[in-house]
Amino acid sequence: MKPNYELFTDIPGTTIFTIELAHVGFELNQFCMSLRSAPNRDRFRADERAYLDEWKMTEEQKSAVLNRDFQRMLDTGGNVYFLSKIFACDGLSYVQAVSTMTDMDVPEYQAMMLAGGRNIDGWRSKKERGEK
Amino acid sequence: MARITAGISTSHVPAVGVAVDMGRTEEDYWKPMFAGYDFSKKWMAENTPDVAIIVYNDHASYFGMEIMPTFAMGLANSFEICDEGYGARPIPPVMGAPELATHVAGSLITDDFDLTILNVLEVDHGLTVPLSLMFGAPDKWPTRVIPLAVNVVMNPQPSGARCFALGKAIRRAVQQFDDDLDVQVWGTGGMSHQIQGARAGLINEPWDRKFMDDLINDPEVLQYKPHLEYMIEAGSEGVELIMWLIMRGALGADVDEVYRFYHVPASNTAVGHLILTPKGSE
Repeated sequence: MKPNYELFTDIPGTTIFTIELAHVGFELNQFCMSLRSAPNRDRFRADERAYLDEWKMTEEQKSAVLNRDFQRMLDTGGNVYFLSKIFACDGLSYVQAVSTMTDMDVPEYQAMMLAGGRNIDGWRSKKERGEK
Repeated sequence: MARITAGISTSHVPAVGVAVDMGRTEEDYWKPMFAGYDFSKKWMAENTPDVAIIVYNDHASYFGMEIMPTFAMGLANSFEICDEGYGARPIPPVMGAPELATHVAGSLITDDFDLTILNVLEVDHGLTVPLSLMFGAPDKWPTRVIPLAVNVVMNPQPSGARCFALGKAIRRAVQQFDDDLDVQVWGTGGMSHQIQGARAGLINEPWDRKFMDDLINDPEVLQYKPHLEYMIEAGSEGVELIMWLIMRGALGADVDEVYRFYHVPASNTAVGHLILTPKGSE
């Protein structure tokens, strides 16, 4: 059966990590995996640019990492479980890092979660929201 | 003969492991969530299985992108704990059950499930947080474990129907094992959560509660729920819930509900937890 990845493109504010996107993000995600070891984390922290240049990543991917632009990392094939190695290296929790992809700051995001999380109403479809 | 005595489902939020390891379970934020597992710890102490087949997903902790198996079973004598970027959790290694695992893996492959065999595996929070929730912080885990890793990270994930069928095949395989063993199947992950993008923080309690009802009463229909619905309604990471269908498939047609718990939030996630037993087995 032919997969239909187009199905996922109408979900607002969401990047589905498809097999195609995984291919695009391979080097970025492999770089992330390297940060599972403490010596590599130390080397990355000491000179991020030099460490990134050891990987066959695109300039856009490297610049997204340097700027901690997690949305751009998702757009260029990163997956959040891999990207978590970057924010773990920064000493950030999932909540702290994930909230940077929303329009909220960390306290606002935490308050939303404590109040029961983001309500799905209005978040099912880009078309319904008038987004492309 | 070996028998399936119960199915456990539970979320496997990494921050829960941190709370246990740092002694924060009595803090205001965590206390209500951990209180929801008090019954389960007592029940588990009286119903400790010889082996738990724990269905979980690796979170880019052991598997990189070089190899991405759809279903993979750990056959080793023991499994070390992954460093997920913060240092490894200070918990005991997980002891395997190689005799049962080789039997089950061989049976599943013979039944046309193209399983990947893992003779070396380190396990991450997906497997160890459920152990902590059910057993607390012991010096050694009171049960042996067969890890069953499912790809729920990269789409296409296996279908719900395939997961449910795998659970049924696990039940047959366990029942054909000659040793006298009590075996549980645990389905982990979920419930609704999304940890990426502008929609991060999504929680859908009505959908989650309906999923638990349907898992118990109507899994033959639930198995056909498309991934798209999980992703829209339960968030991009909510698709982990297909792993609960493997647990449910292993329990047979009808089940008794021993316990149910639901709590929001743990970090970014809705926590859901069930203890089910095959009908009439109590």
